[in-house]
Amino acid sequence: MLLGISLGLFVIYNIVQVDPLVMIVGERAMNNPQIVEAAIEKWGLDRPIWEQYLTYVTNLVRGDFGRSFLTRRPVTEDLALYLPATVELAITSLLFATLVGIPLGIVGGIRPGSLLDRLAWSLSLLLASLPPFWSGLVVLFVFYYHLGVAPGPGRLDPRMTSPPQVTGLFTLDALLAGDTAACASALHHLMLPTVILGGFTMALVLRVTRASIIEEMRKEYIRTARSKGLSERAVVVQHALRNVLIPLVTILGLAFAGLLGGAVMTETIFDWPGLGQYLVRASSNLDYPAIQGGTLLIAAIYILVNMTVDILYGILDPRVRHE
Amino acid sequence: MSETSLSTTPIDENIRPRSGEWRRSLRIHVRKYPIFWIGVIILAVWVLVVLFAPQIAPYDPLEQSLSDRLEPPSALHPFGTDELGRDIFSRVVYGAQISLPTSFIVVIVSVLVGSALGAVSGFMGGFVGGVIMRVADVTLAFPSIVLALAISAFLGPSLTNAAIAACIVVWPSYARLMRSQVMVVRSFDYVTAARSIGAPEGQILVRHVLPNSWTPIIVTAALDVGNIILLVSALSFLGLGVAPPTPEWGAMISLGRTKFYQWWLATFPGLAILTVIFGSNLLSEGLREWLDPTI
Repeated sequence: MLLGISLGLFVIYNIVQVDPLVMIVGERAMNNPQIVEAAIEKWGLDRPIWEQYLTYVTNLVRGDFGRSFLTRRPVTEDLALYLPATVELAITSLLFATLVGIPLGIVGGIRPGSLLDRLAWSLSLLLASLPPFWSGLVVLFVFYYHLGVAPGPGRLDPRMTSPPQVTGLFTLDALLAGDTAACASALHHLMLPTVILGGFTMALVLRVTRASIIEEMRKEYIRTARSKGLSERAVVVQHALRNVLIPLVTILGLAFAGLLGGAVMTETIFDWPGLGQYLVRASSNLDYPAIQGGTLLIAAIYILVNMTVDILYGILDPRVRHE
Repeated sequence: MSETSLSTTPIDENIRPRSGEWRRSLRIHVRKYPIFWIGVIILAVWVLVVLFAPQIAPYDPLEQSLSDRLEPPSALHPFGTDELGRDIFSRVVYGAQISLPTSFIVVIVSVLVGSALGAVSGFMGGFVGGVIMRVADVTLAFPSIVLALAISAFLGPSLTNAAIAACIVVWPSYARLMRSQVMVVRSFDYVTAARSIGAPEGQILVRHVLPNSWTPIIVTAALDVGNIILLVSALSFLGLGVAPPTPEWGAMISLGRTKFYQWWLATFPGLAILTVIFGSNLLSEGLREWLDPTI
């Protein structure tokens, strides 16, 4: 799969006819014959195209995406620097989406058509319709500028120093360093971007949970559970919910990809120094090695998440395991 | 007796429902699928805005008036003015002429290309079918905005390139949908029956398989009208779509971001995007209820 993706990118580069040399060393370094020669040698640019592709893949496998024109560092180093901020935001957003979306979906699914169900459904539709680059501005304007209850953009209070890096997740690193003030500030800064990024996923989780609960509640085993005299709570939690988990896990795998994509816009608005912001800056400055490294990393994470989902199926659904 | 009375009745009167009946069945439909109709109305209003933009907009969207810079909403400028004194209401109205047609074109092209490739892949299978689906899988491995961003960066910022990027990102979902539909439908008895009477494969695909596979495609297409407006405006917001001074909603929000405290700059184009996406979500949801009663 990743090979296919790398082939796709390789074809795009060759179709758009950007001089690969300029892509690798950047326009400024083109005047330096030594750098140009080294790049030609390293990427095999004087060889036939299939050999170029082999060299290109070999370098990618080694984790060598080249050097970013903007930061002048190897792209791999940059990615390692920017990835944790995105991971932290994606985790809190996924938590928000599941902790709010699943209960609302259950409540709606148990009593479809009730007032609460209609409210939850309308909310999910509205959240799914919000352009994140706009709603981000709106919440900043209201909660930061007008009400002053939320902090401004960034990951930490500007007067604070970042905690010493262990995981790259500020909340966790601050806790490890015993700096509760920094941890609180990091959590506070996560609030708005989490709601904006997680809102869309929450809508998705809510709708899938609701639809699956409605479907499950009609089935025979639920009638059996009820006729055994189980409480409604036990019927839902112990019987229906377990079967809802399977479609939910699928949607969460997909939602994670949505979060990585959504991070592009959310991070731009909240000045969040993550992969999304890195990619946007690379795209507007034609920083080809960085664009390539960033997109490949995101695709790799997506594939990895989907593989994990497949494995989780086996754990959650004995039928899959026995096949 | 009854047979003769039937045969003497003019056929036209039997088939053509009277206008009152039309209205009645419409009313029943509206009552049964209110979500669908709310979606239709919201999008229809926007289509009217696209068609009658010159009549609706009070000002030229490009006309600058430096004495009226950054005016908050007033009776003269209901949505206020931007940093060059341009009327934001007129720009939002004319912005619809960019966003909506672009989105419709991208959806139509993606549906046609995606479902054609998906149908071929599902019906024929084999090497070609496999290659088509691998290409689709690779494309779907990227979150759409990430791939669109990279493609637009390579192609250069313009509306056409943003639309091309959107097509590249969107077609695979139709290919996948159509393929799975075709694979289900082709195992039905009526397809086997058509094949057993010697109908050519192409004819079976076009006349028997495709007409029974289109429901999920229509539902997804309705949803994508909004998604593509979001995608293209996001690209413009990032400076990789429509170039200034064209009145495009995403680019207008981007301007509002730099003038954060002048809230009206970003609010109104954002509400425009929101309502179109909301309408398209409702339409899709309503279509799903209407066309696929099993859900």
